[in-house]
Amino acid sequence: MKYLDEFSDPDLAARLIDQIHAVTTRPWAMMEVCGGQTHSIIRHGIDQLLPDDVEMIHGPGCPVCVTPLEVIDKALAIAARPEVIFCSFGDMLRVPGSGQDLFGVKSAGGDVRVVYSPMDALKLARQNPDRQVVFFGIGFETTAPANAMTVHQARRLGVTNFSLLVSHVLVPPAIAAIMESPRCRVQAFLAAGHVCSVMGTREYPPLAHKYGVPIVVTGFEPLDILEGIRQTITLLEQGRAEVRNAYPRAVRDEGNPAAMAMLRDVFEVTDRTWRGIGEIPGSGWRLSSRYREFDAELRFDVGGLRTAESPLCRSGEVLQGLLKPHECAAFGKQCTPRTPLGATMVSSEGACAAYYAYRLVTHS
Amino acid sequence: MPLRDTPAIVLGHGGGGAMSAELVRHLFLPGYGSAGAPGELGDCAVLEIGGTRLAFSTDGFVVKPMFFPGGSIGDLAVNGTVNDLAMSGATPLHLSAAFILQEGTALAELGRIAEAMGAAARAAGVRLVTGDTKVVDNGSGDGVYVTTAGIGVVPEGVDIRPGRAAPGDAILISGDLGAHGVAVLSCREGLTFGTEVRSDTAPLHGLVAAMLATGADVHVLRDPTRGGVAAALNEIAKAAGVGVELTERDLPVPGEVADACNLLGLDPLQVANEGKLVAFVPEPHAEQVLEAMRAHAYGKGARKIGTCVPDHPGMVVARTALGGTRVISMPIGEQLPRIC
Amino acid sequence: MCLAVPGRVLSIADADGVPMAEVDFGGVRKEVCLQYVPGVGVGEYVIVHVGFAIQQLDEESARQTLANFERLGILEEEFREIP
Repeated sequence: MKYLDEFSDPDLAARLIDQIHAVTTRPWAMMEVCGGQTHSIIRHGIDQLLPDDVEMIHGPGCPVCVTPLEVIDKALAIAARPEVIFCSFGDMLRVPGSGQDLFGVKSAGGDVRVVYSPMDALKLARQNPDRQVVFFGIGFETTAPANAMTVHQARRLGVTNFSLLVSHVLVPPAIAAIMESPRCRVQAFLAAGHVCSVMGTREYPPLAHKYGVPIVVTGFEPLDILEGIRQTITLLEQGRAEVRNAYPRAVRDEGNPAAMAMLRDVFEVTDRTWRGIGEIPGSGWRLSSRYREFDAELRFDVGGLRTAESPLCRSGEVLQGLLKPHECAAFGKQCTPRTPLGATMVSSEGACAAYYAYRLVTHS
Repeated sequence: MPLRDTPAIVLGHGGGGAMSAELVRHLFLPGYGSAGAPGELGDCAVLEIGGTRLAFSTDGFVVKPMFFPGGSIGDLAVNGTVNDLAMSGATPLHLSAAFILQEGTALAELGRIAEAMGAAARAAGVRLVTGDTKVVDNGSGDGVYVTTAGIGVVPEGVDIRPGRAAPGDAILISGDLGAHGVAVLSCREGLTFGTEVRSDTAPLHGLVAAMLATGADVHVLRDPTRGGVAAALNEIAKAAGVGVELTERDLPVPGEVADACNLLGLDPLQVANEGKLVAFVPEPHAEQVLEAMRAHAYGKGARKIGTCVPDHPGMVVARTALGGTRVISMPIGEQLPRIC
Repeated sequence: MCLAVPGRVLSIADADGVPMAEVDFGGVRKEVCLQYVPGVGVGEYVIVHVGFAIQQLDEESARQTLANFERLGILEEEFREIP
């Protein structure tokens, strides 16, 4: 695919890796916030090619993994209703709530469907006027415009049997929350390229300044990630807590104004709980009052459903590089990839899940 | 991992990955008790009966949609069982076919499936010798389910099974990966996309015969269907207690398959094939086997993709194009499109 | 977060008041909503996430980035050759 293959070129990657080794003079710990970047780092074995002194801390940016337990339990309750067609992105189906996952609801007779786009769910609503179609609207700023447009379109077309179960999360408040920890080891961030495609880069200079960390907007292909790391280490070595854009083909400083206008219309900022991490103030979006009639929580009266995150889970500390997964008392006991307590065990690339898989292999 | 997460069957139990394996190990085998198979439980059993070694296999087919670019459930039902037999080195001979039909299924549709089965059986040189038909209430089924079983004869001196994988084996693939899975996904509800990719469904026993005719000691053959090459290699690595090392740069993933996988967030190594095989062959024999494969219609794209090693037993590791390594894990259940 | 891939716009049509495009991802084609990239025309590249173009791909910038990568090692080598 054009503009993907060129950015995976092994020869150019080798040059970037040489450059990274050349500019690194001492140990650095940086966090890639985004789960997609974590995926790419592991998929291509990039972490093994970096200087030993450079530590990549995998951040909380996997949207299905950080979706709070309570919202998943609400999804399960709604999906089990006979009048409902419950539509979701594929990777959400396997994320367990307190009891089961969406696959379990499906096996018990719930009508649960995987869709590629929220617009496919709206299409289903129009094709099935006698059913209630609910879309599980999760994700970061990248996914929010799609969900916003879909509910906007539902209102415009008068599709009243469509609603959205919303649990959007936002990157900048998460970065702030990580840096607020007194023991935080993160010295720099690779910011998530596609979040910035939508939101631009202007939220980041205040964070870089306040916490004294360089932030480099980074893409997802191997060369993009290596370039993000190279620019980050260069800034660290120079002692400059500045923001750079290493993904200019997809990110403009001003973001996507049309998408941002839609987001302002459809959503409003709210406090949000992150799975295993806890509540981060102002770190989420919910439907604004103008779109309340499309809020599945209200339509199906699950707003009162309360589930507490596990008190055992210490994934917040794991995410900050403060705790190794096996040092957590619940690791491998109450908490496994099949019965995960927090985001870091839910995602196959999460620190705890990766550690669990590796440990199983070395012990068997 | 024990069978403990779900009180009921979920789709993943049929995905050919870790959940399917657990169901067999923790539910079926204990249930069968002493009546179950001794030793390795594979896709195909080889039984010595009256001095002849018979290969015996069965497979159920529930593909949705039933007709897809490049084939139908009928082609899969014949080729799937033919290939399961062929992976033990057997010459497939006879097949049975049992149908579970939902009330209301159009006879024209069933007729097309039967014709596809006839054509596939003729092409494979096997006969459909017995069968059964059952009908379930409208709503208790989903169109047409087909189960085929087959028998074949394993030639003298041939011993092909996962447990024979040995360090030093070259790992060969017969051609391009991922076509079947992408073709089926392209017309699945909620995911539809336009593509020229067609299913690779094909009978492979002719290719296997050509490989064996070289005189090489073929250790393992496997058709990487559900769960793809990732599942096939993980199963072999575990069965033989060996490690597998792949070289990603050598994996034959066609551009269109790679593009579809990029779009949906899938790993081509986990995508199903229906007309490809993976072979473990001692390195000194690899070149002559590859030559024989390339001379056959279904092995034109044959190439070496990796090596069997004594390190990290039970584990599949790939060397990435950038020079790093990554673990290729056993797929858990169904392949799901990712947003992340 | 957020798998998004570049694709080329093949055609644009209105669907219920929303601009929808057929987008080519190197041989795989998918319907994509162009609501958020109003200026984009046929033949141009967009970055697509869950069926929505979230940004136009700046082709000149892509070429520039690759050219910068090409230069990285070479400059180094030239410096090394200077005694």
